[in-house]
Amino acid sequence: MGLKRKDLLGLASLSTDEIRLILDTADSFKEVTGREIKKVPALRGKTVVNLFFEPSTRTRTSFELAAKRLSADVINFSPSTSSVVKGETLLDTARNIEAMQADIIVLRHSSAGAADTLARGVKSSVINAGDGWHEHPTQALLDLYTIRQRGLEFKGLRVAVVGDVAHSRVARSNLYALTKLGAEVRLVGPATMMPSGVDRLGATVYHDMDEGLRGVHVIMMLRLQLERQGRALFPTIREYARLYGLTAERVELADPGAIVMHPGPINRGVEIAPDVADSLSSVILDQVANGVAVRMGVLYLMSEAG
Amino acid sequence: MSERHNGKADRSNEKLIMDAGDITRALTRIAHEIVERNKGVKNVALIGIRTGGVHLAHRLIERIQAIEGVRVPIGELDITLYRDDLALRKNQPVLRKTSVPFDIAGKVVVLVDDVLFTGRTIRAAMDGLMDLGRPEEIQLAVLVDRGHRQLPIKANYIGKNLPTSREETVRVLLEELGEDDRVVIVKPQT
Repeated sequence: MGLKRKDLLGLASLSTDEIRLILDTADSFKEVTGREIKKVPALRGKTVVNLFFEPSTRTRTSFELAAKRLSADVINFSPSTSSVVKGETLLDTARNIEAMQADIIVLRHSSAGAADTLARGVKSSVINAGDGWHEHPTQALLDLYTIRQRGLEFKGLRVAVVGDVAHSRVARSNLYALTKLGAEVRLVGPATMMPSGVDRLGATVYHDMDEGLRGVHVIMMLRLQLERQGRALFPTIREYARLYGLTAERVELADPGAIVMHPGPINRGVEIAPDVADSLSSVILDQVANGVAVRMGVLYLMSEAG
Repeated sequence: MSERHNGKADRSNEKLIMDAGDITRALTRIAHEIVERNKGVKNVALIGIRTGGVHLAHRLIERIQAIEGVRVPIGELDITLYRDDLALRKNQPVLRKTSVPFDIAGKVVVLVDDVLFTGRTIRAAMDGLMDLGRPEEIQLAVLVDRGHRQLPIKANYIGKNLPTSREETVRVLLEELGEDDRVVIVKPQT
């Protein structure tokens, strides 16, 4: 059984079986990334194009490393240096890339739905590496993988997602997948950062962080997008840090074995205290390491002959 | 690639080739041959090819231990990523985990598989092994050699040579897979 899909656009449309298949496949690649020779010939002769319309270092690097460890050829395409500045549309850019025989296109774009549009327009497989505030499926998959790696079961798992949920594709993808897998998701943050229609998403909102963290097994911190400061989502960074920053005292409120996650890059001293980021309960660097294995799994599953 | 199947099958179109006793005796002989050929098992490790080969490798180390009083290291190899038809398949095969919890460098590695057929699985397995380290030597043990090689590959230890036609399917059914131990030829459905 494979993943019978051309594209990976989001987790909202994946079944729990498909999510589990990806996590199990990632597990096999985790073994590969632990070897001395971290390369297998599975995608030999395939071409993976990283098409990034938004700056991103870690996601692009992670995809690049994953593709290279599968022996694929990788091309990085970034818009500031290309014809997009000259007015070419997304689809035209992608069709040009496709004409160069790309098998898989990894897309990062600032507009929600860009990956869907692209997937409909090209024959290559499309992997969404983040589209606007919509979804970032591979980030959520690596979060799920990291949770599972820590021996935590999804059924009945209490997860607090803290921060700017409304503007976070990471939060959205995690929310879809976690609720599907039977976890209880709490969204913690000020009202200005909560998406509308949260109840339909199956999550509970907490404006008081201490209350939201009580008894949770996973604390998922979101990056405070300082570049959005101008939007008046919160009065000052200092106030935000006081109300929604994760401190060692606050971690104490969670379940004794709770883990702390963050998709990076972290703002030390804003949403997360430095001692918490470096503590034993922090799995932030495991997330980064697992990201490569999870993306290898996704690329492998997407690489079926066309 | 050789066939590996599980699940209780309808036995009406099966032809029995080896029963439980035959399998036991063949494995005992192979265990002795491994010990003899390598003058003991000091440097020997067994690596089973998933899935059938892994169970056979476990049975072999028990016998080797009975003979030599030494428990040789055992590993499990998933060859999926090294298949030569990976780029051609419509559906990617499900990956299983490779687990070789020892350093194979300098070891005599005995690859263990259930059926030797075209030789392509073994080619893939050897490539997979080389990525894990540089063994001193690779040997091959199979329960059944059914012929029809497409690559220049030969087993060192063979439970049974079995002439077959290309259309037939050879199945090695084992207790570990929820079956009664037996090797059968399944006639092609007409």
